[in-house]
Amino acid sequence: MNEITLSPSLPRSTTLIRVLGIVATLSGLLIVTVQQLTQPLIEANKQRSVERAIFQILPSAKTRQTFMVAGGSLQPWPGAPSNAELVHAAYDAHGQLVGVALEAAAQGYQDTVRLLYAFDPQQQCIIGFSVLKSAETPGLGTKISTDPDFLANFQCLDARVNERGDGLHQPIQTVKHGTKQHPWQIDAISGATVTSKAVGKMLNDSGQRLHPIVMRHLELLRAAGQQR
Amino acid sequence: MAPSNAQLDLQTFTAGLWKENPVFVMTLGLCPTLAVTNSVINALAMGAASTFVLIGSSALVSLLRHVIPKQVRITTYIIIIATFVTLVDYLIQAISLDLYNALGAFIQLIVVNCIILGRAEAYASKNGLVKAIVNATGMGLGFTFALCCLGGVRELLGNGSLLGIPIFGSQFEPWVVMVLPPGGFFVLGAWLLWFNWRAQRKTRRQVAQLLKQVPTTHAAS
Repeated sequence: MNEITLSPSLPRSTTLIRVLGIVATLSGLLIVTVQQLTQPLIEANKQRSVERAIFQILPSAKTRQTFMVAGGSLQPWPGAPSNAELVHAAYDAHGQLVGVALEAAAQGYQDTVRLLYAFDPQQQCIIGFSVLKSAETPGLGTKISTDPDFLANFQCLDARVNERGDGLHQPIQTVKHGTKQHPWQIDAISGATVTSKAVGKMLNDSGQRLHPIVMRHLELLRAAGQQR
Repeated sequence: MAPSNAQLDLQTFTAGLWKENPVFVMTLGLCPTLAVTNSVINALAMGAASTFVLIGSSALVSLLRHVIPKQVRITTYIIIIATFVTLVDYLIQAISLDLYNALGAFIQLIVVNCIILGRAEAYASKNGLVKAIVNATGMGLGFTFALCCLGGVRELLGNGSLLGIPIFGSQFEPWVVMVLPPGGFFVLGAWLLWFNWRAQRKTRRQVAQLLKQVPTTHAAS
């Protein structure tokens, strides 16, 4: 009588682990290789898109000069990518400072949302922004770029520096749609609360950190435009 | 006589384009089909990205098919697919950030595109490298073709343009719903209707021809 095997022979656990380990290692090597190869190209692309965004949010600007924040003060940016925060000063055809473009980022619904926003040092308010990177839900989170009511928040979003000069006069906050009462508040898009809140949070974070530095070095920024 | 190898390969390739089109016949991968077909450029880019992942993952799965134990095959396929999607993510960022932002979250969602896992399981794991690549290419091109069918109609009606070039002139009143999600469903439904009608008509014709060949039997008087 032939014996019928009732259960199929299973591979040993070590085989399974070994195969998964090998596949994972191969995958890791492939990913890291491509990442290293594409990194310079991606950096160049990012710089180009920031450049374009600066002139988009400050339409009267003709030239720009970039500074970096180092130890609480502003220094001219040598051009190499670094972790320092950048302050892009934009000047019109006569070398007058028209505004400052600053980067801001925060965790949105899906992934990090990165914006470039325009800060007018004259009125001390935020006058516009451009989305640099977003993977938010299409039709909902993506409305921050197109919804007219949301964009109306940024005609002059109050981002004044306080008297002590170490932060904002009032923190920028996102409030529920339809409940905006003060010029430093952002009316959220109903249905896209998380993304709207992310915008408020990132503008507040950047504002608290960078606006005092910008206001302190206003003369330096103005002078740089005249030197060209 | 048995079809030659080349004929089989051609059949494998064309299956994905028409007879077994992933979107119009197998109705797989409908999520990105509806989402990124609001313009032809986005449709082409998503199609190209998915084809790259499809070919790459099918090739690797086919190469490793004798090595991967059955018990961990789905896990391994997902690791391989996710790797290629990550590669495509970096490549698109390196090519154009605008395109990357336009495709947004859908690049990473290629991982769960049923076409890719389906092909890996149904074909690549059971066939040699060349056949797997040929089949994957056919499927990828068929997917891209389907996306462009939708993208073309939606961009033309919803924006009056094709590939960004205005076609209808400034008096054209765009049918905005076409570039919104409901429009996607309408256009997909219309294409599916057309494909099914064509297939049924072909079957009816074939049946009619077969019936003509059958000799009619007269009742014996």
